[in-house]
Amino acid sequence: MIALSRRALPLLLALPARAQSSSITIASTTSTEQSGLFSHILPSFRDATGIAARVIAPGTGQALDVGRRGDADVVLVHDRPAEEAFVAAGFGGPRRHVMFNDFVLVGPATDPAAIAGLSDASEALRRIATKRAGFVSRGDRSGTHAAELRLWRLAGLDPTMGRGNWYREVGQGMGPALNTAAAQDAYILSDRGTWIAFRNRQALRILVEGEERLFNQYGVMLVNPARHPHIRAAEGQVFIDWLLSDAGQQAIAGYRIGGEQLFFPNARQPEPVS
Amino acid sequence: MRQQAGRRLDRGRRAGHPATVPDIATALAAAFGLITEGDRAVLSIVTLSLQVSFLAVALAALVGLPLGAFLAVARFPGRRPLIIAGNALMGLPPVVVGLLVYLLLSRSGPLGGWGLLFSPGAMVVAQVVLITPILATLSREVLEGLWEEYGEQLRSFGATPRLAVPTLLWDGRFSLLTVLLAGFGRASAEVGAVMIVGGNIEGHTRVMTTAIALETSKGDLPLALALGMVLMTIVLAVNAAAQLLRDLAQRRQG
Amino acid sequence: MRMPETALPLVARGLGFSAGGTALLREIDLVLEAGPPTLIIGPNGAGKSLLLRLLHGLLQPGAGWVRWQGRAAPRAAMVFQRPVLLRRSVRANAAFPLPLAGIPAADRGLRVAEALALVGLTDLADRPARRLSGGEQQRLALARAAALRPEVLFLDEPCASLDPAATAAAEYIIQTISRQGCKIIMSTHDLGQARRLAGEVIFLHQGRVCEHAAAPQFFQAPSTPQAAAFLNGELLW
Ligand SMILES: Nc1ncnc2c1ncn2[C@@H]1O[C@H](COP(=O)(O)OP(=O)(O)O)[C@@H](O)[C@H]1O
Ligand SMILES: [Mg+2]
Repeated sequence: MIALSRRALPLLLALPARAQSSSITIASTTSTEQSGLFSHILPSFRDATGIAARVIAPGTGQALDVGRRGDADVVLVHDRPAEEAFVAAGFGGPRRHVMFNDFVLVGPATDPAAIAGLSDASEALRRIATKRAGFVSRGDRSGTHAAELRLWRLAGLDPTMGRGNWYREVGQGMGPALNTAAAQDAYILSDRGTWIAFRNRQALRILVEGEERLFNQYGVMLVNPARHPHIRAAEGQVFIDWLLSDAGQQAIAGYRIGGEQLFFPNARQPEPVS
Repeated sequence: MRQQAGRRLDRGRRAGHPATVPDIATALAAAFGLITEGDRAVLSIVTLSLQVSFLAVALAALVGLPLGAFLAVARFPGRRPLIIAGNALMGLPPVVVGLLVYLLLSRSGPLGGWGLLFSPGAMVVAQVVLITPILATLSREVLEGLWEEYGEQLRSFGATPRLAVPTLLWDGRFSLLTVLLAGFGRASAEVGAVMIVGGNIEGHTRVMTTAIALETSKGDLPLALALGMVLMTIVLAVNAAAQLLRDLAQRRQG
Repeated sequence: MRMPETALPLVARGLGFSAGGTALLREIDLVLEAGPPTLIIGPNGAGKSLLLRLLHGLLQPGAGWVRWQGRAAPRAAMVFQRPVLLRRSVRANAAFPLPLAGIPAADRGLRVAEALALVGLTDLADRPARRLSGGEQQRLALARAAALRPEVLFLDEPCASLDPAATAAAEYIIQTISRQGCKIIMSTHDLGQARRLAGEVIFLHQGRVCEHAAAPQFFQAPSTPQAAAFLNGELLW
């Protein structure tokens, strides 16, 4: 088997259809990939630098794991506490803030918990919990999941009380979670980018938005080449530098769906404290 | 070029359709469009799917078919347990295989030096692991029947089990084609393992099944279904071609 | 003709075989010498097929032994009641066992051609073997065995499923092979066939050798009542 693998290996390595002079692997979140942001900015990056970037998008928690194992060169995610822990443990860094958008509280148009238009996300969650109205949680250690759990904590609530009943952890990406919420007329916290790009909304609407606690910051880090010598540190750094440069920031700002901007570059401003 | 292709795959969304319950007719029309217009992105995804699955079937056949033939003819202690293990491995959950191959191929894993993770090669490895037990088990069953017919005569010619293996493989070739097709079907329909070890990277490791999963995630159910229909069409075409070949050859051989 | 080195005689002593606690063959002592065909006859279920398989080494005896007592390495082949043909051409079938028998590649073409000519299948050499008629298939099986130029050819009721014309053709081939110096050891339940082919007869009954005698003696004056009954068509099993 091993001998066979050895013979087969060149074949397997030869398989990638496009021969690329240099390429990097980025581990990121479902929101950046599925919203179409990467498809929009990566061609500009390649044109500017000649480096091809490949994106895997398992979600923040797993993307950081991929970085920890040395299976990606760059990590671009949205969970500041987890990112800072990643850097502190020496897996990569330094962490640079890149862009933000926001989370939105989405729910059925019938709004059984009557949260539409509230300016306080904590109050909205309290009403959902009191009504025991259906709420779909990502439950997958993603950045959005972490943000949702922070919001429950801020509201002084433990939603896991409703587990198996009105609080439904699906353990999947943003899109599948939205599909579930749409099918069950349940509430859900979504990042705005995925929401805008999402096509199967059915009765779902944005009910609460524009609240400062719904702020969603993205950060980028180079995986530590001292831990993983094969990391393409130079190319990875080129990508990070480009992302933070005017060109990169403009590319991000230029991504729109139906005229709506999905991500707001903020590398040039000090990072807001959350 | 890639941008254009991307836009093609994203076209429903850009057109700003209102979100709808998936409509099978819409999906059918979209599938037809994807096939007839020869969409570039779809074409490259289809090509990669076929490359990966064919290569996986070929490599798995190299191990699985001789193993199956050997198990059909040889009698040795440990044969039963091996057969039972093969049967059990046929039902391996793809996700488990994906995780296993992921951990093996990860830079932090024992085979990290190969640098295969998140490449088409990794997907081939996962599919080989997945379908080798299927090929071995199914070919053993097919060839056991043949061995029942051939066994005495071949032993009379002085063929040892090892020497009988190539004869059985050649003479069972028509039935084995069906076995290979079963392996191909499993490989090309599989999503869990290739998603984990390939990473579903656009233009690099995105295959039909992971593309379908992605479009489902995005809530574009008609496009997902359309891609599904394209996949089914391809699998159907491969099967039909193989069956035709088999029938033609068999009619000649009797 | 020079006298070749021979593996014969083939000797069996105290040979026994049982399955599931039933003794199917018992205390068989035989010495088979070079010469005219040995026909093993007996009613259905007497153990003819089992005996041939034991002699050829396809089965391991439960008791006693089988040994080639000549000086040369044995070269034996066997043709079964239902021919086992590979899913290949007639020619490829005839050539199949040659490499296994260590025949040099350079000699194989000639051997195959001669064997196919012997059985009259030269014109069908490129046809798929499994498309042949029953008689043609059995002739091909004979050709395949003949191409090996065995010293001993075991035949297990080779004509049992053939019509009279095909049987006559097969018998002619068997006689030809025999005249070329190959020892034929063949089972049959067809007395007429035994009379036509046999140099000597082994009469098997209920797993035992009842009689082993030269053919004229056996057919004119059988020494056991069972053999006499069998010759009169009274002993059916
Ligand atoms: N492998 C076996 N296991 C059990 N019984 C067998 C086996 N092979 C043959 N027999 C039995 O042994 C007897 C002799 O069989 P066989 O040699 O085929 O008879 P014949 O060829 O003389 O008709 C029959 O009763 C048959 O059922
Ligand atoms: Mg018999």
